[in-house]
Amino acid sequence: MVFVTLIIGISAVLSWFLGRYMTYIMDSSEQGTWQSYLKQFAVFNVIMFAVSFAVLAFQQYLPLNPDSKGALTADLIFNTAASFTTNTNLQHYSGEVSMSYFSQLFALMWLQFVSAATGIAVLTAIARGLGGKGFGNFYKDMMRATFYILLPVSFVVAVMLIFTGVPMTFGGAVEAHTLEGALQSISRGPAAAFIAIKQLGSNGGGFFGPNSAHPFENPNFWSNIIESMSIIIIPMSCVWMFGRLTGKMRHAAVIFGVMLLLLVMKLSFAAYFESAPTGALAGLDVQTSSNLEGKELRLGKSAAPLWAVLTTSTSNGSVNNMHDSLNPLTGLVPLTGMWLNETFGGVGVGMINMLIYILTGVFICGMMVGRTPEYLGRKVETQEMKLVLLALLVHPLCILGGTALFTIMPWGAETVHNAGAHGFTEILYEFTSASANNGSGFEGLGDNTPAWNIATGIVMLLSRYVPIVLPLMAAGSLAAKRISPDTSGTLHTDTVLFGAVILGSIIFIGALLFMPVAVLGPVSEYMAGALK
Amino acid sequence: MTKTERREARSSAIFNKQAVTYAAAQSFKMLSPRVMIKNPVMFVTELGAVLSTISLFAVSADVYAVSVTLILWLTVVFANFAEALAEAKGKAGADSLKQVRKDTVCTRLADGGSEKVSSSELKVGDRVLVCADDIIPCDGEVDKGIASVDESAITGESAPVIRESGGDRSGVTAGTKVLTGDIEVIVTAGAGESFLDRMIALVEGAVRQKTPNELALTVTLAGLTLAFLLVTTALLPIGRYFGAELSIPTLTALLVCLIPTTISALLPAIGIAGMNRALAANILAKSGKAVELAGDIDTILLDKTGTITVGNRQAVQFVPVKGVTEAQLTETAMKASFGDMTPEGKSIVALAEQLSGSTADIPADAAVISFSAHTRLSGVDTDGHRLRKGAYDAIVSFVKQNGGRIPTDLKEITDRIASAGCTPIVVAENDRILGVVSLSDVLKAGIQSRFARLKAMGLRIIMVTGDNPLTAKAIAAEAGVDGFVAEAKPEDKLGYIRKEQKGGRLIAMIGDGTNDAPALAQADIGVAMNSGTQAAKEAGNMVDLDNNPTKLIEVIEIGKQLLMTRGALTTFSVSNDVAKYFAIIPAMFILAMPHLAGLNIMNLASPESAVLSALIFNAVVIPALIPLAIKGVRFRAMGADALLKRNLLIYGFGGVVLPFAGIKVIDMILSATGMF
Repeated sequence: MVFVTLIIGISAVLSWFLGRYMTYIMDSSEQGTWQSYLKQFAVFNVIMFAVSFAVLAFQQYLPLNPDSKGALTADLIFNTAASFTTNTNLQHYSGEVSMSYFSQLFALMWLQFVSAATGIAVLTAIARGLGGKGFGNFYKDMMRATFYILLPVSFVVAVMLIFTGVPMTFGGAVEAHTLEGALQSISRGPAAAFIAIKQLGSNGGGFFGPNSAHPFENPNFWSNIIESMSIIIIPMSCVWMFGRLTGKMRHAAVIFGVMLLLLVMKLSFAAYFESAPTGALAGLDVQTSSNLEGKELRLGKSAAPLWAVLTTSTSNGSVNNMHDSLNPLTGLVPLTGMWLNETFGGVGVGMINMLIYILTGVFICGMMVGRTPEYLGRKVETQEMKLVLLALLVHPLCILGGTALFTIMPWGAETVHNAGAHGFTEILYEFTSASANNGSGFEGLGDNTPAWNIATGIVMLLSRYVPIVLPLMAAGSLAAKRISPDTSGTLHTDTVLFGAVILGSIIFIGALLFMPVAVLGPVSEYMAGALK
Repeated sequence: MTKTERREARSSAIFNKQAVTYAAAQSFKMLSPRVMIKNPVMFVTELGAVLSTISLFAVSADVYAVSVTLILWLTVVFANFAEALAEAKGKAGADSLKQVRKDTVCTRLADGGSEKVSSSELKVGDRVLVCADDIIPCDGEVDKGIASVDESAITGESAPVIRESGGDRSGVTAGTKVLTGDIEVIVTAGAGESFLDRMIALVEGAVRQKTPNELALTVTLAGLTLAFLLVTTALLPIGRYFGAELSIPTLTALLVCLIPTTISALLPAIGIAGMNRALAANILAKSGKAVELAGDIDTILLDKTGTITVGNRQAVQFVPVKGVTEAQLTETAMKASFGDMTPEGKSIVALAEQLSGSTADIPADAAVISFSAHTRLSGVDTDGHRLRKGAYDAIVSFVKQNGGRIPTDLKEITDRIASAGCTPIVVAENDRILGVVSLSDVLKAGIQSRFARLKAMGLRIIMVTGDNPLTAKAIAAEAGVDGFVAEAKPEDKLGYIRKEQKGGRLIAMIGDGTNDAPALAQADIGVAMNSGTQAAKEAGNMVDLDNNPTKLIEVIEIGKQLLMTRGALTTFSVSNDVAKYFAIIPAMFILAMPHLAGLNIMNLASPESAVLSALIFNAVVIPALIPLAIKGVRFRAMGADALLKRNLLIYGFGGVVLPFAGIKVIDMILSATGMF
């Protein structure tokens, strides 16, 4: 637990300074409406999708392909382009098997930078709007976020990773003669650079198939610490940046506190449930003191639950262990993280998701002080609630709708590797991961099929863009309103009480929607196991 | 109808027989989809009930399915009942107003002659003659004459009031009765558009539109309903994956339990009840929006005289300047006040008469200069003596115009009087200032504690007065207001309101005169007194029938209570879901997955009884909360954070806990019947 506390504690402290730096970089007094910002945002994201689609489709003709990777199927290209454009990095392929270096660097890694920068840019615009300034210019924000924030921080992390032993080379796979005299081809490549942004930008798409469980992506204890902290640091900083840009630091501190509380709760649950031995070995002589299945023991015992929680709290989606092998109730924790998707959440978008819950909470509880609900001094009315509720609906629609469809259709139900509750959780997890723009896999699912590729591709696009665009519009609508003065008669957003309001909104409106499927999946599996 | 009678009609016990009969009949009529669609959540509930009914014929009709279907219908009926009951109360209020609005025959004056016409034929601009004992047929402005009018039909106040042409007392209202005197009235609102007609329409809910907050809440509730619709619909195929075939009544029961039926069922009633509460306080709001907005008010603008202080300032002392005798000052003050018919002027005359033992002797040819709010002085011109009394600066400039000097001790005297909270009135003759009359002003009883209440709610109170800054400051400090506008002319109010609004504040004010009309229109909440001019009544968005200047405070409390009730019931509704989930989800799947029995933490008797208990709880909570919806959440004057904490604890935490107990009790009763 000391290890976990240290990682979270140090990240929280560092995020304060990084948040200050990010504010310094992103703050500007440029004018601009939310409409023009939205237009620039849309144009750029279409380009992102088109370029990555083209690079992936023609990778066999493009340079930097020393291992002569072949063509990919159309549905996989769609899924992968959607996945990386939306900052999801859901991978229905294994990087070292299917992708050329050119694809990895210029389709995927490029998107890992710009899709993360997109999140920072839009959050900045929303914060500026709510803070009473112009919404600014999307392209300028993109440049600032990419070149002054993501690139330098990634450079530092990449160099540190190289020191821990992560490869950084353009040489192709190496041939190794094993002790048995067999010839083995060992893939390598420019991994350190790729992994740095993979972790920092809440991307999560690994250079190698097994992601950060692979010894070249995450060689040892130290690389694991660096990568764990890289997952959470920018999402944490985004909260402080929001506070500084809106001029409401105490409010940001309350939000940060709520996020941290939920994170710590999830960490405690995960650590507790995972300390029980795996169900399969229960009662046998080989039973271990805790669940060791699917874990990389070189990284330490608590590395797996910590990573599993961090990566699903932040929409990162990289893994250093097999989520399919987690104990049933431990498996519920990453799912919960993705259902909520705002305990720090993705880079920029986590805070935007949080705004959806804040506005819902403010609207319902704000009335109880006897005034038209207000957020940061601006009245929350029909227009905002329409947008917020629609944004709120997309997540359950994608997850529950997708899961329902795939559980009755043969092209869904037949791809699971386990029967009953566990198989159900595999489907549920895949849609949850896609909809949360997380990208982690529960695995145990044959997911490189046209049905999965198309369905999750659509889900990723929907649940990326709707919850970015609608809150931006809501911020636009709020920004146009008069700011009413702060008196003892108005709801204060910088108190512990307000923290309780946000927490209530997240749990009662966000989490309860997923209670039935949580019961049918992980809880049912646990209870069935407990009866044995 | 007397004042008490009407108050009773408006606020008698919630479940009186007449209202309940009306509401019961109405709640079935309102099942028509065309009515239901206005309330999306209850519409979905009704659709669920229909679907469940169809399944009875198409699939199976066992006791359980029939019970679920019946309770679903009952839920819809309960919701309609709540709305109809609130409407019934509104109707009672409207009926009392309607008795006032009768067609009468009246005398229309045209081209030198006159004709008898029905009041329903009157048009704007017509001129009618109303004599003693006639009912005034229209809203209008007195153009000629003076009359005492009995307005008790509208205001409930039995004492007659004076209505006369010119000035601020010229407005008359249809349905009121002239007691003495004849007046000629110019019609300002045609038949069917009078003040009374509009009020009746509003109270009856005929033109009831959703207020902005009500609309936003409806959208939010509809959004939540969609989300839960998704959750329930998805369970049908997911259930099949697990080999559990979920019946339509069970799924509908889950849906109806999860969607916010409680608040949606009571939402229209809360709105109507808010209007009714305003009416019970004798306030006619021109729209529900105005009542709602009242809760958002940040600053209140109050006239000092008559609102903060008793209003009839009394002369208490004559203080001459050096070299003038008190008798000389008293004599001049008495004469100069002759043209001042305000209570202040009269009190100066009265005190002077008492002190000097003589009465004011004004020659017939003397020119009397009346007091006005603009000149802020009055006086009399006789035999080359120009006597004046008035506000400090008005008199000082008068004396300077005449080439006079200002006595050195004048400033000291006026400051001393002002600092004591009294109003100094300076008396002068031609170019010479004689001295000062001290008018004392008494605060209304209990005004400080009312202000303290308002301040606890975060409101700013600004006092507007024609007094000099020193007097204003002393009275402001004594009354405990946050600021004051001193030496204010009527139009200063408008300027002040604009200034405050620029800072994002919402302002409320109360006024009666034509001078107040622009400010009443500019203010976010403008309450016009019923005794005021037609212009003032048109400009404001509420009319106070009692002519009570402190009514603003009640208006604001009603507005806040309205929003609080909505918020509290929404929170309660959403919090209820936790217990309902724990009752229904295990029940739904327990047959296919017996190992889920451990989730039945309430230890409910059987799956059927669990679903029914949750559904019954969900239904009965609606009528159980009707009194709360109609009376409103108890209002307390405290800061926003304290209010929120309190309400969150009661309606949020209580909303989580109560259904656990409620469902368990219902389950015990159901299982005791042996049917489930």
